[in-house]
Amino acid sequence: MSAEEIIAAIAPAVPGATLEALVSADAAVTPSLLVSAPHIVAACQALQGPGLEFVAFSDVTAVDFHPTRDPRFDLVYHLVSPHRRARVRLKVRVNLGEPVPTLTHLYPGAGWPEREIYDLFGIVFDGHADLRRLMMPEDWEGHPLRKDYPVQLRKDAGTYMPLQVTQEEFQANMERDRYQRSTAKPKA
Amino acid sequence: MGLETDYEIPVLTTSAEFMVQWARRSAIWPVAFGLACCAIEMMATGASRYDLARFGAEVFRGSPRQADLMIIAGRLSRKMAPAMRRIYDQMPEPKWVISMGACASCGGVFDNYAIVQGSDQVVPVDVFIPGCPPRPEALIYGIVQLQKKIAASKLDQTPKVRIA
Repeated sequence: MSAEEIIAAIAPAVPGATLEALVSADAAVTPSLLVSAPHIVAACQALQGPGLEFVAFSDVTAVDFHPTRDPRFDLVYHLVSPHRRARVRLKVRVNLGEPVPTLTHLYPGAGWPEREIYDLFGIVFDGHADLRRLMMPEDWEGHPLRKDYPVQLRKDAGTYMPLQVTQEEFQANMERDRYQRSTAKPKA
Repeated sequence: MGLETDYEIPVLTTSAEFMVQWARRSAIWPVAFGLACCAIEMMATGASRYDLARFGAEVFRGSPRQADLMIIAGRLSRKMAPAMRRIYDQMPEPKWVISMGACASCGGVFDNYAIVQGSDQVVPVDVFIPGCPPRPEALIYGIVQLQKKIAASKLDQTPKVRIA
């Protein structure tokens, strides 16, 4: 199925969306479409529908074209249809500070890739339930995969990791451990 | 050390300090702490071909509380640094650290924001081993150097400088 055929199939389901077939070297295997940012959820919903069945979420990643292009980021989604043995690539162009709707309601597996993009590019996914950093330390400043990030940044190494349990949880763990040690195991 | 032959059985005399340091250097227990490809060489060093057991340092421990040597084998990321510091803090005294390979010693090829440019920013390092990655012979040489360092150190030596 070519990109034009996919667009023809989903266009009635996503009114008002800009859908455009993109040229790619692997178009025979993975057709690429450009989708406008507000319509990505509707487009994916249509792609999950009968006849297309792109029900598996492969990956979402991002590309930064700073400073050569104005909507500087490309979000690249890869969807798979295991039933039809087909793939499709969706591209969404967004600019700095422009939120993108999350796909986690359609594809639960999009949660971590979206967190990764938020971490490394600073693109905010609207509606994501748990948008925290994934790769970098939680107190990190900046988004390292942006083209204007100082890659060879010099900074002191952090050596302190805050305790991840509260005092009460720690106490409860100790008491449970003491109890388990003091009571004999039942014979198997 | 002296050999006394006046007795029925020959007797060796030595100092308590020598005995203690001999025991410490002859049974170094490293903590299994591999961070990257250097860990593959570290595993090879422990396996039969290179046989770290010849130098008494083959007992890689899963728990830092049973270990006295930490071999930082690989690049240390900034996110890993606090975890490594915590593992180091859990090791009982006396303890030593070997920084294995270019990345652990100075950042190596990873001159970027994500990698600590030298693990001595996080823990006090006794021996730096160059190489990318160092061959097992190089790691063994580093451990022998550490043994020499232990043999030469005094029992009442001042504690190492701690980085906050």
